[in-house]
Amino acid sequence: MTQAPQAPARTRAQIAARTLRRDAWWRQPAINAAGLLAIVVYLTWASLVNGDYFWKPYISPLYSPCLTSNCAPGAGFHWVPWLTALTPAILIIGGPLGFRFTCYYYRKAYYRAFWRSPAACAVREPHARYSGETRLPLILQNVHRYFFYIALAFNVILTIDAVVAFRNHAGQWGHMGLGTLVLVINAALLWLYSVSCHACRHAVGGRLKHFSRHPLRYRAWSLVSRLNAYHMQFAWVSLFWVLFTDLYIRLVASGAITDPRFF
Amino acid sequence: MGTKVRMRVWRGDGGAGGLVDYEVEVNEGEVVLDVLHRLQATQAGDLAVRWNCKAGKCGSCSMEINGRPRLACMTRMSLFDPADAITITPMRTFPVIRDLVTDVSFNYEKARQIPSFTPDPSVGLGEFRMQQVDVERSQEFRKCIECFLCQNVCHVIRDHPENMPAYAGPRFLMRIAELEMHPADTADRRAIAQDEFGLGLCNITKCCTEVCPEGIHITDNALIPMKERVMSRKYDPVVWLGGKIARRPRRDTPKVPGGRA
Ligand code: SF4
Ligand code: SF4
Ligand code: FES
Ligand code: FES
Repeated sequence: MTQAPQAPARTRAQIAARTLRRDAWWRQPAINAAGLLAIVVYLTWASLVNGDYFWKPYISPLYSPCLTSNCAPGAGFHWVPWLTALTPAILIIGGPLGFRFTCYYYRKAYYRAFWRSPAACAVREPHARYSGETRLPLILQNVHRYFFYIALAFNVILTIDAVVAFRNHAGQWGHMGLGTLVLVINAALLWLYSVSCHACRHAVGGRLKHFSRHPLRYRAWSLVSRLNAYHMQFAWVSLFWVLFTDLYIRLVASGAITDPRFF
Repeated sequence: MGTKVRMRVWRGDGGAGGLVDYEVEVNEGEVVLDVLHRLQATQAGDLAVRWNCKAGKCGSCSMEINGRPRLACMTRMSLFDPADAITITPMRTFPVIRDLVTDVSFNYEKARQIPSFTPDPSVGLGEFRMQQVDVERSQEFRKCIECFLCQNVCHVIRDHPENMPAYAGPRFLMRIAELEMHPADTADRRAIAQDEFGLGLCNITKCCTEVCPEGIHITDNALIPMKERVMSRKYDPVVWLGGKIARRPRRDTPKVPGGRA
């Protein structure tokens, strides 16, 4: 028997172009980058100004819970008297920020928009090496499920803020203004965003192997899965609405507009 | 009578080659594969194209059309502006055998390394019962036609071939997820999913999902749920502590040895 000749070493098609795509693949990452940058700029400004975040009974979601002793009168808890160097917003922003930063959707968005790894599918990324989420710092993305529980605590607090907004400026219950509606929508969107989270989907039932043995958890998982399909939409709308709520309360508190009262 | 369209087709042996321009006739209702066949029949008798079913079900005709990974038999010519040339290249991630045909054995090697379905030996043949809801998740993954377009587009190996030994790619991480979600399976592939098959390299940027011709939600329904499972196995201190207190032993199933990649 003769030996079969060794097949020649094969390599990939040598194509120099970074991509042969001809559609506007750069558009989506550019829009996302612009959107995220604008949001970061507004967030930085709004959490540093330390004023106009409270107009009874409304408090801006960026400043709630207000824990420092330099809180606007009537707005907060004054639990952390020694931390007056920080604004109340900076003190708490790590919770929601960490939740969104480690969110599977936002990860996709900023890996594509900023890190360009990849900017779009079948477009070569600009990095010589790639280790993904296997080592520090990106391996820390694995804490996402803890931020999920922190985010739930924030949701409870912001829901309470929406409930206490059913008062008038003098503090009597049973009243409502446009600001109340803004705060209620804010809380609802935040719940939709958190409940549609992948960590939530895993916790309520995704981790099970045997759905038919856990009918209730299967129902919960099915519901979360339906919402999860819209997680990206909830991520953007809820984030936008938090900033809008802050802006609205800011405008009311500074006297630039008056809050229309419904009853 | 059809119209003429310009086609720029990558021709070459091994990795060396380049784009060659042709003008080919196109008729209404045709797909890219039809036009490649006409090119083969009329002008380039030695053009190598792999195909089989012409129905989007065998997964043979994967290639890149205007830079996008697609099945040639499912890509209609009406998608393209007739005034523009259409560029056709082989899948970039795999070595070229000839022209548009690539060597996809990387995928078969990865497939062999995954510990297979492991039922509980104490349950007799035909005794295990499961409901539709128990298999629904896996059924989505079983739609896979093994076209390997997802493997081809995944930037982890497409842009960084040096990751190939450490990474199984979306199709096979999905296979691991499918087995981990199987109600009758007793193996634990979570540790090897991360350590041997490179799940941590995936940064969930969803290109696999974007190109899958079967519309499988690879990232949302397989990769992210698998990342959550790996988190419980490797990175969650509360789960770790709970396991210590309850003295639950860990039984990680090892990777199946062998394979070049
Ligand atoms: S989501 Fe993960 S597996 Fe899919 S293409 Fe992106 S990096 Fe690759
Ligand atoms: S998962 Fe989709 S893209 Fe990947 S091999 Fe299967 S059918 Fe092809
Ligand atoms: S919040 Fe987006 S995945 Fe958890
Ligand atoms: S020829 Fe079978 S999928 Fe295209």
